[in-house]
Formats: sequence, C-alpha cells, structure tokens
Amino acid sequence: MFNKKECVAMLLAGGQGSRLYALTETTAKPAVPFGGKYRIIDFPLSNCVNSGIDTVGVLTQYQPLVLNEYIGNGQPWDLDRASGGVMVLPPYQAKDGADWYKGTANAIYQNLHFINRYDPEYVLILSGDHIYNMDYSQMLDFHKKNGADCTIAVIEVPLSEASRFGIMYTDENGRITEFSEKPKNPKSTMASMGIYMFNKRVLEKFLIADAKDPSSENDFGKNIIPAMLDAGKKMFAYRFHGYWKDVGTIESLWEANMDLLGVDPVLNLHDRRQKVYSRNGARQPQYIGENAEVNDSLITEGCEIYGKVINSILFSGVYVAPGATVRDSVIFSDCKILTGAVVNYSIFDHDVIVGNGAVVGKEKSEGSRITVLGAQVSVDPGRIVKEGSMIYPGPKSSEKEDG
Amino acid sequence: MTEGIIFTSLHDDLIPELTKVRTMASLPYGCRYRLIDFPLSNMVNSGIGSVYVVAQRNYQSLTDHLGSGKDWDLARRSGGLKIMTPYSSAFAGNGIAKFNSRMEALKSISNTVFELTSDYVVLADCDGICNINLSDMIACHEKTGADITIAVKRMNVTPERGERSVIIESDNTGRVLDALVRPSRLVGCFDVNINIWVVSRRYLQSMVHDAMARDLTSMTRDIVRKNAKFAKYMIYRYEGYYANFTSLQDYYTSSMDLLGDGSERNSIFNVRGRPIITKVRNSTPTKYSGNSKVKNSLIADGCVIEGVVENSILFRGVKVGKNTVIKNSILFQDTYTGSNVTLDCVITDKDVVIRDFRNLSGYKTMPFCIDKGRMV
Repeated sequence: MFNKKECVAMLLAGGQGSRLYALTETTAKPAVPFGGKYRIIDFPLSNCVNSGIDTVGVLTQYQPLVLNEYIGNGQPWDLDRASGGVMVLPPYQAKDGADWYKGTANAIYQNLHFINRYDPEYVLILSGDHIYNMDYSQMLDFHKKNGADCTIAVIEVPLSEASRFGIMYTDENGRITEFSEKPKNPKSTMASMGIYMFNKRVLEKFLIADAKDPSSENDFGKNIIPAMLDAGKKMFAYRFHGYWKDVGTIESLWEANMDLLGVDPVLNLHDRRQKVYSRNGARQPQYIGENAEVNDSLITEGCEIYGKVINSILFSGVYVAPGATVRDSVIFSDCKILTGAVVNYSIFDHDVIVGNGAVVGKEKSEGSRITVLGAQVSVDPGRIVKEGSMIYPGPKSSEKEDG
Repeated sequence: MTEGIIFTSLHDDLIPELTKVRTMASLPYGCRYRLIDFPLSNMVNSGIGSVYVVAQRNYQSLTDHLGSGKDWDLARRSGGLKIMTPYSSAFAGNGIAKFNSRMEALKSISNTVFELTSDYVVLADCDGICNINLSDMIACHEKTGADITIAVKRMNVTPERGERSVIIESDNTGRVLDALVRPSRLVGCFDVNINIWVVSRRYLQSMVHDAMARDLTSMTRDIVRKNAKFAKYMIYRYEGYYANFTSLQDYYTSSMDLLGDGSERNSIFNVRGRPIITKVRNSTPTKYSGNSKVKNSLIADGCVIEGVVENSILFRGVKVGKNTVIKNSILFQDTYTGSNVTLDCVITDKDVVIRDFRNLSGYKTMPFCIDKGRMV
C-alpha cells in the first residue's frame, strides 16, 4: 500500500561529470563536495524538502558507492519517511533484459513503476549538477494555473553563453513555441535549467513512445521535449530569478564556491527559510591558532588553522600548519597543509597532504589555471606542483603529474 | 550487555547564573556541546544502546536537545534513549516527588530499575566533562567481580573544591575503604569521585529495594560508606582530561582550558573511535570577512565574523560585527554583537544582543554573565 502523492521528484544523479576529471574519478558528480560542508546533491534534495515534496527517486549509475552511502536512509533531509521518502534507483536486470540507463528519459522510463506506486498527478525531473535554491511549489502552482502539460524552468543567461544551453523561445504568455538544444546562433537568452514539471499521464505516454523508437537518444532535451512540442502539447517556461549555476567544470565549480564569499554573497546559505541540509559528522569545533590569519573565507568544524587562509573554502578537518598559506582555494575534508607549504588557486579532493615547504599552483592572475589534486594525493616536501596540473587520486600519484 | 542511566538535575544549583533557564545537563560547553553530550557519547561509544535520562526540572531545553536520540544513534526500536520525566499521579494529590540525590532519583524510577535486564548499569551525572573508555571500565568491573566500580580522577584538592567533592579512599588493590563527603579542610592530592559508576544490575536493584524499605537517601553515605567492608567496591582511575563545574568561575576556567596548545582539547574531542556527539543543527560553515582578526579561539559553525576575536569561545550562529573586539569571552548560541562593541571576560547566554558601541567587561576571576535573550 502506498499513499497517493501529488508530486513525485525524480533526481537524475547518474552522470559521471567527466569534465571534473580527478574529482569524479571515484565519485558521481552529484556527490562532489561543495561550499564547506555540502555535496552538490544537497541542493536539489533540500529544495524538494523545503518545497513540500517528500517522495524523491534518485537515479544512480556511475560510481554510486559514495552517493548511496551519503544519501543513506535520507535522514539528514528528513526523507526517512514511512510513506515516500528518498529511494535510490540503480539500473537493474529485468525479465526481458538488463540495461544501463541509456539516457535521461530512459532512466525515468525504466522507473515508471516506481512513480506509479504513488499515483502522482505531477512528476518533477531534476538533475544533480546544479547549485541553486528554488521553491518548486511555486513552479507547480504556475504549472497548474496554466493547465500545462509540461513546465520548464528557465533562467536568463548572457547571449554570449546561450549556445551552451538548451534555449527556449516563447510567446507573450510564456508558452514555449520553439526549443533548440545548444544552438549555434541563439536568438533568445532563456536557458533551460534542466528542471521539468510534467503531468504524469502525458509524460508516461511520451516516455513509452520514446522507448519504442530505436533512433532516439532517450534524452529529455534532445527527444522528449521536441516530441511534445511537435505534438502541440501545452508547454510553458517558468522564469527563475535567483542564483543558479551549473558546476560541471573545474572552473565553474571553483567559481560557485567563491560565490559564497564576500560581505553580501551572490549565493547566500544563511536564509533560514531555505536551509540547505547535509550529512554532518561529529567533528570538534574549529580552532584558530595564536598566529593564524583568516580572511574572506569559509571554515568548517574540525579544522585547525595555525597558518594563513585567504579567500578560500575549507571543508571539515583541514589542518593548516604554522607558516603555511592557502589562498584562493577550495580544500575538501581532512587535507593537511604542512609547515611552510603554499597553496594557490587550487581545488583539493579529500585527504590530500602537502608536505613541508611544497608549493602547489601559482597565484591567481589573469589567465592562470586552476590546479587540481585528487583524493589522497600526497605532495612530497619541497616539491613544486605546476599551475594547472591535474593529479589523479592515489597516495603516491604525485609522480604521474601531467603538467 | 550494559545499560546506562544519566541523572540530569542533581547539580542544578551550582551555576545559578546559567542554570536558571535550564537543567545542568543542557548547559552549553565547548562551542557546540551540552553537558549531557559527554556522558551520552561516552556510553554510546562503549556500545551501550539503551540509556535512561532522568529529568526533573527545567528540562524543555534538554528534550529539545535530545529529540528522539537520533543524533547519538539512539532512536531504536529496541532500547535506545528514554527520557524519564518526573512522575506525578492524578490520584492521592501528592504532586511530584522531588529528589536531590542519585538514590532518590533511582527510587523515583524504581519500576524501570526493577525491569532492567542487562548485566551491568552505568550511572553518570551531568556535572563535568571527560572522554572515558567505559568499555575498559566495565571490563575491569567484570574482572574484579566488584559490586560497584567508581571512576575517580586523581587531582589537587583545595578546601573550596573539597567542599563540593566526594573523595574516595582505597587500598593498594583499588578496593574502596571509605568515602569522604564534602570534606572542607583537605589539601593535597586525592582520588575525587567523578560521578561515573558501574554497578552490577542485581546489586543495583537490591540497593534500590533496600533504600525504599529503609528510607535511605544517599548512595555514598548510606550505602557505600556503610557497606565498604562487606561489599566489594572498587575504584577505576580515569587519566584523561576532566573538568567539573562547581561554580561559574570553574566553568569559565575549564572552558578556557580548551584553548591554547590543544592537549586538553584533543584529549576530550579528538580520541580515536570516541567522538563527542551532539545535536546536528545544520549550520552553514563559519564565514570570516576581509577584516576579521581571529586568534587562539575555538569557533563553531554558523558564525559570521567581521571583527576581532581573541582567546574566546564562540558557539553556533554567533555574529561578530565590524570593529568589534571580543576577548577572553564565551558567547553562547546566536549571540549577536553589533559594530564597535568591546567584550572582555564576558559570558553571554543564548540569543543575547549587544548593540553598537557597548563596552562590557568582567575579570578573569569574575566573568560577567548576561542572561538569555537580554539586549544590552
């Protein structure tokens, strides 16, 4: 017996995030850490809970261990429910064959039986690679008011960047007239945020039709949305005005982290109405030492700072030794920056050790590149890691640096 | 199998400045903890999965903090956390029985005590902090075949401390000979009872039964002292950091112990496999502005620091305004300080607001304490 739900959310979390290179070597993109104590997936999950959606299917595929472990029973997001809650949906073997999820639409198609258990009127499709705070209930109201079959959340982007997104063209009422995925010469600046609200019955019909089409790539942007437009379905664009960022690349991940800094940050996590929830460890409070210098930074529980930290984000349990400097960097959990070491313009995955006097990266300036060290990389004392290096995870991999 | 009983209210009168609005067990300590986190984590870390928390007065903040026990992994179908609120009957009109000692507290939950099924029971108060390996203590208790094992800490006793302590005298095998209750003239190094006892369950039940029949009220005076020769009571020496709070001054001094080179801090918070667990508040990371200057301070998550903080302890959600200087102070959860404020040797309770340009100061031996929710 399952209680009926008005709206069920399906969160696409199977992507590899290949443009995050060393950071997604052993972790799916949605599980990549963000903002001092979060992971990317905390944002859509918290949004769901803050919008009153209590039934979320999370579709996993690539390197799901960390992600599965992190989601667990959903308790940090209050999604450990007797009715509904969070459910991890991996690809599975069925009677007539076993398939990986071939595309975003195929992943939902293979889990229609999960959706149908709750007999929802609406299905919300989300992706696990964006940082934003959004109230989906307002989008649902908008969807209902328009009597729409599908509503797509859109955000204004600069015309110069529009060719990277799926671009919408609408009439004066906001009804979508045309959609083009990554157009070469975009004429609109309304970009799809990858957030779709569907009427369940309509979605189901199109997913079934799509699954029967062998030439389809089974993708929402490439196949389902164009097919619905062709069929003359009522589709609306829902304009979103807050902060939204795709963190699919090293540069954008770094920038989004930095957006948390400053007196009046572009991305504000202090809003109590839109709290972002995350799994918290039992760490001791952060200690800032006698000769430490900490400015323009976010620092989390378990950190011990004896050196200098400027314009950086430190996750839990980071140790910065006396005389060490961390500048313009994002340092994941339990890294150790030892005496006299200097870290500039870098992203470190967890448990990186930078030995005494080692130098990683170069001071941020026009045209300089971000240095990335994978999990558990250890940089020998005195060694110099060149700007823009990408070192893959492993305890001894400072040898296979590919400057 | 061991069960735990935590007494939350036996020391509420020791720090009236901070326990007017809460029971001692929910006294904030060390940036993000409440006193009950220490005995509770010690128990959980030793595999105790069933804990009774005996509440008596002012326990709203305590129930709010503990919730279902989820954060300590004690929200369980079998065992888990049980908060024993004061028992009052609709009949006979005798109101709520008050208790001031462990034995009286145990008598008030006698039905529960008689229903315990584990081999051993750990009894702990909420008057101090330590990170103790209870598994080892229970193993010692089992090995010696004692009826009661009393954890003690060897420390320097001054007349002031003596007046608020119980000193345990033992022979060279660790067998308890006598207990001195609040001796006022002792000076020197003694084994002080740190109010963590392991008791064999059957012995505990017979003790409570006996106390009810004979109207005994004190475990130390009426039981341990009288029976030391006949029963087997042992001491267990705890070697790690221990602080107990018998006054606001004690509280201030031991809070400040957490700063500095970190040996005290690490022996409390950084013991492998024995983390001190507290309620999750989902605070954001702490934000340091371009002008912040922070030195030798312990800081929780969720703070926003735009001024100067030195030798201080900041709880979750504290805001330090521009040009504000906080020195030698302890600011509880959600304290807000405006700009150009100066605080020195001040303790602010929860939700205190200090407006712009206020200067407040106490002295290291007489910290100035501001009540919960007050605006200066």
